Amino acid sequence: MSKVKRNQWIAFGLLSLATAFTIVILLAILFYVMSQGLEMISWEFLTENPRNMGAEGGIYPAILGTIYLVGMTLLIATPIGVGTAIYLNEYTREGPFKRTIRFTTEALAGIPSIVFGLFGFVFFVILLEPYTGGWSILSGSLTGVIMILPVIIRASEEALRNVPNALREGSLALGTTRWYTIKKTVLPVAFPGILSSIILSIGRVVGETAAFLLTLGGSLLLPRTIFDGSRTLSLHLYMVAMETGNMDMALGTGAVLIILVLIINFTAGFLFKRLVKRFS
Amino acid sequence: MFSKVNNNIEERIVKAILFILALTSVVALGLIGFFVFREGLPFMIDYGIGNFIFGREWAPLQQIYGIFPMIVGTVYVTILALIIGAPIGVAVAIFLSKIAPPKVARAIKPMIELLAGIPSVVYGLFGMIVIRALIRELSHGPLSDYLPANYQTGYSVLAGSIILAIMILPTIITLSADAINSVPSEYYEASVGLGASKWQSIYTVIVPAAKSGIVSSIILGMGRALGETMAIIMVAGNTVAIPELGWKGIFSPVRTLTGNVALEMGYAGPEHRQALFATGIILFIFIIILNSVTLAVVKKKED
Amino acid sequence: MDKQINKTKIAVNQLSFFYGEKQALHEISIDIPEREVFALIGPSGCGKSTFLRTLNRLNDLIHKTKVIGTIEIDGQDIYNSDIDVVQLRTAVGMVFQKPNPFPSSIFDNVAYGPRAHGIKDKKELNKIVEKSLRQAALWDEVKDRLNEPGTSLSGGQQQRLCIARVMAVEPGIILMDEPTSALDPLATTKIEDLINELRKNYTIVIVTHNMEQAARVSDKTAFFLDGEVVEVGPTDELFTNPEKQETEDYITGKFG
Repeated sequence: MSKVKRNQWIAFGLLSLATAFTIVILLAILFYVMSQGLEMISWEFLTENPRNMGAEGGIYPAILGTIYLVGMTLLIATPIGVGTAIYLNEYTREGPFKRTIRFTTEALAGIPSIVFGLFGFVFFVILLEPYTGGWSILSGSLTGVIMILPVIIRASEEALRNVPNALREGSLALGTTRWYTIKKTVLPVAFPGILSSIILSIGRVVGETAAFLLTLGGSLLLPRTIFDGSRTLSLHLYMVAMETGNMDMALGTGAVLIILVLIINFTAGFLFKRLVKRFS
Repeated sequence: MFSKVNNNIEERIVKAILFILALTSVVALGLIGFFVFREGLPFMIDYGIGNFIFGREWAPLQQIYGIFPMIVGTVYVTILALIIGAPIGVAVAIFLSKIAPPKVARAIKPMIELLAGIPSVVYGLFGMIVIRALIRELSHGPLSDYLPANYQTGYSVLAGSIILAIMILPTIITLSADAINSVPSEYYEASVGLGASKWQSIYTVIVPAAKSGIVSSIILGMGRALGETMAIIMVAGNTVAIPELGWKGIFSPVRTLTGNVALEMGYAGPEHRQALFATGIILFIFIIILNSVTLAVVKKKED
Repeated sequence: MDKQINKTKIAVNQLSFFYGEKQALHEISIDIPEREVFALIGPSGCGKSTFLRTLNRLNDLIHKTKVIGTIEIDGQDIYNSDIDVVQLRTAVGMVFQKPNPFPSSIFDNVAYGPRAHGIKDKKELNKIVEKSLRQAALWDEVKDRLNEPGTSLSGGQQQRLCIARVMAVEPGIILMDEPTSALDPLATTKIEDLINELRKNYTIVIVTHNMEQAARVSDKTAFFLDGEVVEVGPTDELFTNPEKQETEDYITGKFG
């Protein structure tokens, strides 16, 4: 074998090895958490209240807390994010304003989540306590909104950019207003892309912990209103693992989280494929 | 006949509403900056910026707030994570974009996305149970004669770095692969056409051409490692101490800037809380520096 | 063809158009008569499409454009500041080079404009849709599948759907930007027949790169070159006996 060939053989071998290694790690994490955690999952685990600070019992309040938090966050973030994207893509041209927003979304995307937590804590939990209830689902959601805005804005902008201009012109040429054109033609076409961005941001909220540690309060009680404190599955996992040391309970929660993430990724991927199909 | 009519009013209202929505993120960023600095900056100035940054002792009960150990811990863990993660990430990116058959690459991509989607606490949990135990096997086993007792628990710089290395892989892989794919394929074909081997072409043509993209993917990965909180708390031991110099240091428990905030915010009194906000400011500054470096790298490429 | 003199529908006077610094149209003056087919011919990049898109102000959508001169439709300057472009575009319909049906049903495609203008009554919409599809000579082919997506039609049918869509808002003027360039010969013939039918009620301005088509369908033709109008005249005269050398070179195929 020539030297050149041998070098190539070694290099490709190492690159393949790195890839195999990455996949093995992913599978190891999935396999470990699932195999240990699935044993814990039962109807009782999913529907009962925790006992003994979460060292025993179920994770029902954390499931409910996650649903509330995700729901509230999306409810607030979607109109803001999609509205921003519409404004940027349909109503403005390249200029200082657009550059400012772009810089802002990039900056927001780069801020560590614990800093969002600090801000959420001092602003929503402390300063706005009379309106948010202090540590509460509302405070957590408002913090979450700021975190996922960049995701929704960027992906929605991308989805809008992919709508063929011919459709806009076709609609406007019929004597319709810009907003009517957006409402009736642009948004429906961009919908799958926007939806998949929203679903991906669900993943971000479900996976986030640091920011909610400082804004959600971590209450184990069943939340009744958005002004109650709560905890998400991720936060529950963290608190159980660090404070009670019951790793089985943490692994059970981890398995539920992984299943959630799998569902989210699968759905977003499916929508994205549909979107690609539509334009090819 | 074509004179203006009422539907312009709706159009104007919609435009105004959308404009206000678009301002939200700008306002949010402004508020974040304002409040974090308002809470932390006066304290930092009162306490003395030098004392705060270079102070080696952190004892909030005695009003001593030195975050130097946390800065060292953050930098240590981040750099070690990059040393482990960056080569693997770039290697995978090259494999996926230039070597793997398209079918294989398509099958692996969703796995990388999944790796990015796993919540950080799940990484933390895995690290806490599995990786920590493996490291403990080593530090409490064959190396126990050389290491101090508190270096033998497995909660360590090394555990933190390994977990962070895994967590930054998706960022580095995805962005590096983008950079490699955006190199015009003619470059590659020309090189192969001149008789160079595939690997020679990748190594001498593709990778240099994609260099700035690869570098900025690594810097972004670094940002992710720097900002990560939960996973690192779960595996790093969180002791406020500067690790020993030399190889032993990687077995030392360590606390990061992010960990410091997350661990103590829950019970902090007023001054202590300000010190934690000041910690947040330092983190902020780290990120701003990183982002400026990324911008400079991208800009250099454009020039 | 027996010519009666029709009154001017569109009066273009000294029109210049700029994309940023670049001037795309140079002092164009044309009168387009009512209920005739007016063809714009010329090599690609000569400004004929740009000119067409000034007539419904669709160029407004492009960044940094500038218009000098006037375009009057029925005596009203359409670039005057008190003009509502939405109203203008209702009166000046447009058919594009590539069929661009909306991703919705055939019915919804045609009903799109009327709905936008506030017609909600189902019966009335039904009437409009049928009438428009008949005018566009598409009714018989699609009457049993109005709920199918517009994009499921063939290219030629899609283009006639787009024409029906324009008919439904009852414009007085229809602009056509190379409406058959993406179609096969048979579909092209159908569109041309349709244009011959529509001229009775509409003023049609058509851009075409196909000189035979201009000869077949139009009453008058303007020849564009480098953003200027070289020659305007009755189509048969312009094609048989052009006044300018450039026109002759173009129609005899010496360039373009």
